[in-house]
This record gives sequence, structure tokens and C-alpha cells, in this order.
Amino acid sequence: MHRTGELYGQFQTLEQQKESATLGMWVFLITEILFFGGLFMAYTVNRHAFPTAFGVGGNMLDLNLGFFNTIVLIASSFTMAMSVWSAQTSRRKAVPAWLVATLILGSAFLGIKVVEYKQKFDHHLIPGHNFDVTYCSRNKVACGLNDKEVADEQKEIREGIEAERAPGASEQEATVALNAHAQLYFSLYFGMTGLHALHMIIGAGLLLWLIFEGFKGRFDANYNTPVENIGLYWHFVDIVWIFLFPLLYLINRHLA
Amino acid sequence: MSEHSEHIVSPKIYATILIALLVGTVVTVYAAKVDLGRWNIVLALTIAVTKMTLVILFFMHGKYSSRRTKLIIASGFFWLAIMLVLTLADYTTRHPEPSRSQLAPVLELQSHPSSALAA
Repeated sequence: MHRTGELYGQFQTLEQQKESATLGMWVFLITEILFFGGLFMAYTVNRHAFPTAFGVGGNMLDLNLGFFNTIVLIASSFTMAMSVWSAQTSRRKAVPAWLVATLILGSAFLGIKVVEYKQKFDHHLIPGHNFDVTYCSRNKVACGLNDKEVADEQKEIREGIEAERAPGASEQEATVALNAHAQLYFSLYFGMTGLHALHMIIGAGLLLWLIFEGFKGRFDANYNTPVENIGLYWHFVDIVWIFLFPLLYLINRHLA
Repeated sequence: MSEHSEHIVSPKIYATILIALLVGTVVTVYAAKVDLGRWNIVLALTIAVTKMTLVILFFMHGKYSSRRTKLIIASGFFWLAIMLVLTLADYTTRHPEPSRSQLAPVLELQSHPSSALAA
């Protein structure tokens, strides 16, 4: 590990060295854009094919938790940006303080995600053998729904079944179709939010290292490339969520 | 002191962007509950793209990067666009293969000696 602000032999100036690091980080982020892009592509194609089932699935997510998590993640991007600023202006003690704030907010996001996943587990919305999109419309106590909520849920399921009904198909066949396509939605939901959460966990690990080094006073105006580049990564993960939130949580709220 | 010419973005700008992003989030949630038909998704994505642009330009210092870095950033979205546009072009224009019964009259025509020669 080289020491702060040291110039490597292959670079002529520190400025060039720093720009190369930023450029390299962006090239990595492009591969990440395309990595997530494939999932967004799969989502778009399937939502286009099964709009009703995707709407029913989307409205089963907890909007309040999703909204709160969006706020938490945006705030963590701000604290991350502030730690970069602290490093650039040589406020050595502020760097780890802002990083700790970022880590706390990032952990809060993941904690809320755990609550959401648990809720989906209780509601039989984990893709697999026990997946049942109609579960909450039939078990209001288990899902903690009040009378109005369960009536809304039943109405939405009924409309979903009607929309999925092929000409001449029975109600049962239509229910099976709705269940299968809603399962597709939840597979994408867990795939996309899961991959996003994995990036958050990796980001939290990187933050821990930055905090450790930051407390040693390592980052200042001369040397702050790791703070800057991990910051870029953190903001990228924030951007992914900025798209996941409307696509997964908000698509059919106006029909709910 | 190093010879950095890096641009330092002030906390004031960061705070402004934070507020803009929070406002955008609140607006997108309320807009989602209003029935705008097919425009709901358009509005939601417009707000998301705006928020992303703010994050890239200011939090990620895109606005203050070198032209080379800007080119790299733009190329990422260009490749993403290639994937989205070409794939969707396929999905929106591909039709189910015609069945044999639909092809039958054509096959019959082709097997007819005179029409085959005429073609």
C-alpha cells in the first residue's frame, strides 16, 4: 500500500494520477450500469408482457417502507459527498465522522429491507412452492390487514384474474396465470433489490475500511482517491435505487 | 501542496442537491397516486432521470470532470441505450411464427408449376 499522495512511476503528475483513478472507476461503473441494465431490460420486457400481474405485484409492496428507504439512501449519498469534501479540504477528523454517518444510513436501509423481505415471506410472496398471490386477500389476520385493506386487495386480485383470463378459460386457469405472472414480478423484485442490497453490503465493507483509515487521519487534500472513488461507487448504488423505487413500488399505485 | 486542480464542490451545493432529490422523491410518490393513465410511467421515469442527472453532475462531480471522463460517462449510457433499443426493437416487432395453415395458400401457390416459373 503506497503512502499518501505519493506519485507512481508511470504518471507524470499527481493530477494525471488522480484523473486516471477516477477514469478507471468510471469504466468499472459502466460495467455495473450494463450489469444492472440487463435486469432492467428483463423487467421492461416482462412488464410489457404482463402489465396486470406486475401492477398487482407492485401494489403489494409496502410503499411507506420503500419511500422511507429512498430518503435514507439519498441522505447517505449526501453524507458520503460531505466526507469527500472534508477530505478535499483536509478536515481530517470530519472525514471518518461523515463516513460513519453514511455507514449508519446504509445499514438502516439494509435493516428496513430485511423487514420488507420478512413481510413478503409472511405474505407468501417469495417465489417458489408456497408462492400465493391471493394469500392476503384470503388471510387478513395473518397479513395484518383491516377490513378496507382486505376489500381493496380482493378487488385488485379479482380484477387481475379477469384481466388474465384467456378467452374460454375458467376462473381457476386465470388464477393460475395471475399467480405465475405475479411470481415473475416477485422474482424480478427479489433479483433486482437483492443485487442492489449485495452492492450495499459490499459498499458497507468498503466504508468500514475507509473509516478505519480515516481515523488514522490518512485522507486529506493531498490524498483522497479512495474516499472519492468509493464515493462514486456509493452514489452509483444510490442511482440504481432511484430507478428501482418508481419501477417496483409506484408503477400501478394510481389504480390501487 | 500537490498540483491538484480538482474542483471542490461546496457543502452548499451538496445541500441544495440533497433538498432537490428529497423533493423529487416526494413528488414522484404523490404523482404516482394520481391517475394519469400511460403518462404515470413517463412522469415517474422523467423524475428518476432528473434525480440521476443531479447525482452524476454534482455528487459524482461529473460537471467538473475532464472531457475524457465525461466521454466515458456518456459512452456508458450509449451502450445501455444500444441494449435497450435493439432488444425492444426485437420484442415490439417480432410476431409469432405463422402457423402451417396460414402458410398453406402460399405453399400451394409456390408448388404450382406456372406460378413458380412466373415468379
